[in-house]
Amino acid sequence: MIPAKFDYKRASSVSEAISLLGEHGSEAKVVSGGHSLVPAMKLRMSRPEVLIDIKRIPGLDTITEEGDEIVIGANCTHSQVMRSEVVQNHLNIVYQAVSKIGDVQIRNRGTIGGSLAHADPSSDYPAVVLACDATIEVEGKEGKRSIPATEFFLGLFWTALAEEEIITAIRFPKVANGTYQKFFQSASRFAVVGVAAVQDGDGVKVGITGVAGTPYRATAVEDAYSGSADAAEHAVDGLEDLMSDHFADETYRAHLAKVMVKKALDAL
Amino acid sequence: METYIGQSVKRREDDRFLKGAGKYTDDIKLPGMTHSAFVRSPYAHAKILSIDTTQAKAAEGVVAIYTAEDGCGAYGVPCGWQVDFKNGETMREPQHPLLAKDKIKHVGEAVAIVIAETQELARDAAELVEVKYEGLPAVTCPKKAMEPGAPKVHDDWGDNASFDWCIGNDRAEVEAALEQAHHVTEMTYKNHRVAPNAIEPRSYIADYDVNGDKWTLYTSTQNPHLIRLLLCAFALGIPEHKVRVVSYDVGGGFGSKIYHYTEEALLTWVSKEIGRPVKWTSDRTEAFLTDAHGRDHIVHSKMGFDQDGKIVAHLTDEYCAMGAYLSTFAPAVPTYLHGTLFQGVYTTPLIHLNVVAPFTHTVAVDAYRGAGRPEATYLLERIISKAAKEMDMDPAELRFKNFIPPFDGVNEPGYQTQVALQYDSGNYEAVLKRGLEMLGYEDFRKEQAEARKNGKLLGVGISTYIEGCGIAPSAVVGALGARAGLYEVGHVRVQPTGKVSVFTGAHSHGQGHETVFAQFVADKLGIAMDDVDIVHGDTDQVAFGMGTYGSRSLSVGGSAIIKSIDKILEKGAKIAAHKLEAAEEDLDYAEGKWTVKGTDKSISFGDVSLTAYVPHDYPEGLEPGLDFSSFYDPTNFTYPFGAHIAVVEVDSDTGKVNLQRFVACDDVGNVMNPMIVDGQIHGGVVQGVGQALLEEVVYDGEGQMTTGSYMDYAMPRADDVPMIETDRTTTPCPHNPLGVKGAGEAGTIGSTPAVVNAVVDALSHLGVTDIQMPVTPQRVWRAMQN
Repeated sequence: MIPAKFDYKRASSVSEAISLLGEHGSEAKVVSGGHSLVPAMKLRMSRPEVLIDIKRIPGLDTITEEGDEIVIGANCTHSQVMRSEVVQNHLNIVYQAVSKIGDVQIRNRGTIGGSLAHADPSSDYPAVVLACDATIEVEGKEGKRSIPATEFFLGLFWTALAEEEIITAIRFPKVANGTYQKFFQSASRFAVVGVAAVQDGDGVKVGITGVAGTPYRATAVEDAYSGSADAAEHAVDGLEDLMSDHFADETYRAHLAKVMVKKALDAL
Repeated sequence: METYIGQSVKRREDDRFLKGAGKYTDDIKLPGMTHSAFVRSPYAHAKILSIDTTQAKAAEGVVAIYTAEDGCGAYGVPCGWQVDFKNGETMREPQHPLLAKDKIKHVGEAVAIVIAETQELARDAAELVEVKYEGLPAVTCPKKAMEPGAPKVHDDWGDNASFDWCIGNDRAEVEAALEQAHHVTEMTYKNHRVAPNAIEPRSYIADYDVNGDKWTLYTSTQNPHLIRLLLCAFALGIPEHKVRVVSYDVGGGFGSKIYHYTEEALLTWVSKEIGRPVKWTSDRTEAFLTDAHGRDHIVHSKMGFDQDGKIVAHLTDEYCAMGAYLSTFAPAVPTYLHGTLFQGVYTTPLIHLNVVAPFTHTVAVDAYRGAGRPEATYLLERIISKAAKEMDMDPAELRFKNFIPPFDGVNEPGYQTQVALQYDSGNYEAVLKRGLEMLGYEDFRKEQAEARKNGKLLGVGISTYIEGCGIAPSAVVGALGARAGLYEVGHVRVQPTGKVSVFTGAHSHGQGHETVFAQFVADKLGIAMDDVDIVHGDTDQVAFGMGTYGSRSLSVGGSAIIKSIDKILEKGAKIAAHKLEAAEEDLDYAEGKWTVKGTDKSISFGDVSLTAYVPHDYPEGLEPGLDFSSFYDPTNFTYPFGAHIAVVEVDSDTGKVNLQRFVACDDVGNVMNPMIVDGQIHGGVVQGVGQALLEEVVYDGEGQMTTGSYMDYAMPRADDVPMIETDRTTTPCPHNPLGVKGAGEAGTIGSTPAVVNAVVDALSHLGVTDIQMPVTPQRVWRAMQN
């Protein structure tokens, strides 16, 4: 449980972080809370030569209400998000999801930006940003851009983030009626299945994590939905990359996906 | 007068533990200490083609690198127990080298050790050692290991069996009884492999001192003297008086720290080679790969009943994995710690168990909390509950029909089983009655029937267990293949001021000996607990000892201390009589003083102690000093028992089991500290629930462990269990002075079948008769689909 040797650089601004990324390229990894990266480094499964610590960059750890939107800084810890009254009042779905992440110690260190950038297919945030139609705000050498959540997740631990970009914030529309339902993996307490559902007029938006190699919007459920939770039957329609492990093989996982979507739709 | 015995005295050791001030091996830093890292095999079975250490030796901070070629520990580490074949053939015992030579036999087996100035540099250099392997097919399942053509773990013998052993009545007789039985219940299942997961990983420091040619080995072990014996007399062949083994605080063992591991011997050897201290601390992944595991039995069993539900015969065949090498206790676990408990708490007249114990390409198994007895209890309690369902009887009623009637072992004799043991005392009906009363069994059955109408899946599971503890009479275990005696040593040294130091061969790795032992010592001497210190875990301080496992500390270790206290009081009385100018027989000893009967003339324990060390006015011919050491070899095992009852609700959509209630009524004999006994029961129950619902070591077809971290190996957490409801009955042990039986393993032994019985009960109306452990949501859901 001792990582390979690495250099450590602390960035004091976003631009410094970006220029450090430019300097070290693929040898570097950005770290904030370190709760995904550091365990992988300790197992020597990840061995970056340089760590660029963005944790102390000012301005990345605020939660602000901007009209109909809530903007959560990338460096906000899960605990900070959980405790935020703005989040509890206007983004309760995020509160529900965050309170189910790991344990207190993990929530005190892990960050929203880190979790999304890491893109673990079983983590909780992806389902929520998908269902909420949130936007991932990123900054890089070429400047700032906003990536819709639906275009952010490209695969297993793979996102639309370019090599020299970092996440600065996540912009959520306020959500009046949303829910997050999670079936815990008993060892890691990650999601075997995590379902975020948001009421959208008469319709519904559903994000699912844990089931496929890439977190996804369950568009088949959304299309079939007409007020009844029966639409949950379509939770895995068209899916080709169902995950399988000794906690849940493909068949059971598909079944759980339907059960958890139904729970979510019932909870709206 | 008893001031402390029976009281929930708070644990003295917790102050330092809670403040992070415990002294674990990894906390020790010696001047000039080096660090080590192992190069371990990624293959389960492979030929080692070459090892190239050139690059690693040149790396920064490297002090030395050793491989098997360097001749370390020519003898290997020995097994502590010999179980021969039923046909008389000697147990097959492979040499267990300190570093693998030529061939790899399980993933994680050490190939080289790298010594460096820091732990980080040792790890970095270890990565530079280049080992070329030729991978070979592996076998990890004990049954498959015995199939013709299975890959062989050791080439020395014709097949993978270490031994093929049986116990009980004549097999043909048992088979005949089964054929004539009114009803026969049959089960085939796996009692799966689990990892003990002590919170403190194994850690060792070996320190060779050229002055006096002596070694000190600091080790996180459960039995320092046993380690010294195995290390000196077997693994390294060095003189025992030249080695001191120290284990101060140890953060949990659960059996996995009995084993004399290769790393202990290797570090001891290395320390002399390099002339400096060397430390190794396992990381969690290494712990999963190299700590001894528990269980791993494949079981096929038949139990026959007459028309009244009385058990008439029980026949079981098991394949029990040993792993790649024999650990210290491994052969004893599925045999003498397992088959001897097949009587359970029932009057079964005919019993036969056959055990084939194969080598597999996995890490070794060893004693794991309960060791053989949880496996026996799981079998008996599952098959009886299954039989009850098949015979349309209530599972509690079927148990009551078959219980051995109460006996106290004093007025009524002990109960002679069909499987070698004689139980000391027991009242099995009483614990189940009390357990059912605590649960409200009748009401629960009504609630369950109502719930079923509403589609809710509620179930209740009963388990009534017995265990053999307080291991054990040396002559008995010797006859059963133990290569050591299993007595204990208790040394009581009264200091001149009347303060008392107690040196025990038992070893605390979480049990609370410093508190409990001081409680009864203080009471027996009539002095304050603060005047009593308990010393353990240092072979230079404690004369000898066999360590702590098998719930033996109090019943065996405590009894040895009592023997010394008796000697102290006997000698003290002589001194007191002299000082009081009275006859010894005219003295009473109470509340820390000797009093001449019927007078107010007395002398305190402190004054007598001082006199013993300042013998100016002293009985003629009596030696000065007040210091006695005793060996206690018990006359029998002790037999705690109890009833555990679980209530579960199964989520019909997901198959997830919610453990709603857990009731435990245990009888552990007399209780010294109820809080500590409750704590032992709580912890044990949770560990047993862990096996039932969550924990499983999984090796894939190539022998790779797919559960080598807490991301994949599910440990029970606080929210996985309800508040545990405990109560006790008290049936004292008739053959030891404190009347104690042992409480360390009871929880683990009773709980696992209770939980699985409850899950099966919840689904029984759907036709479910068994579910393989751990009963994960996926397995439960699948069982419901079929």
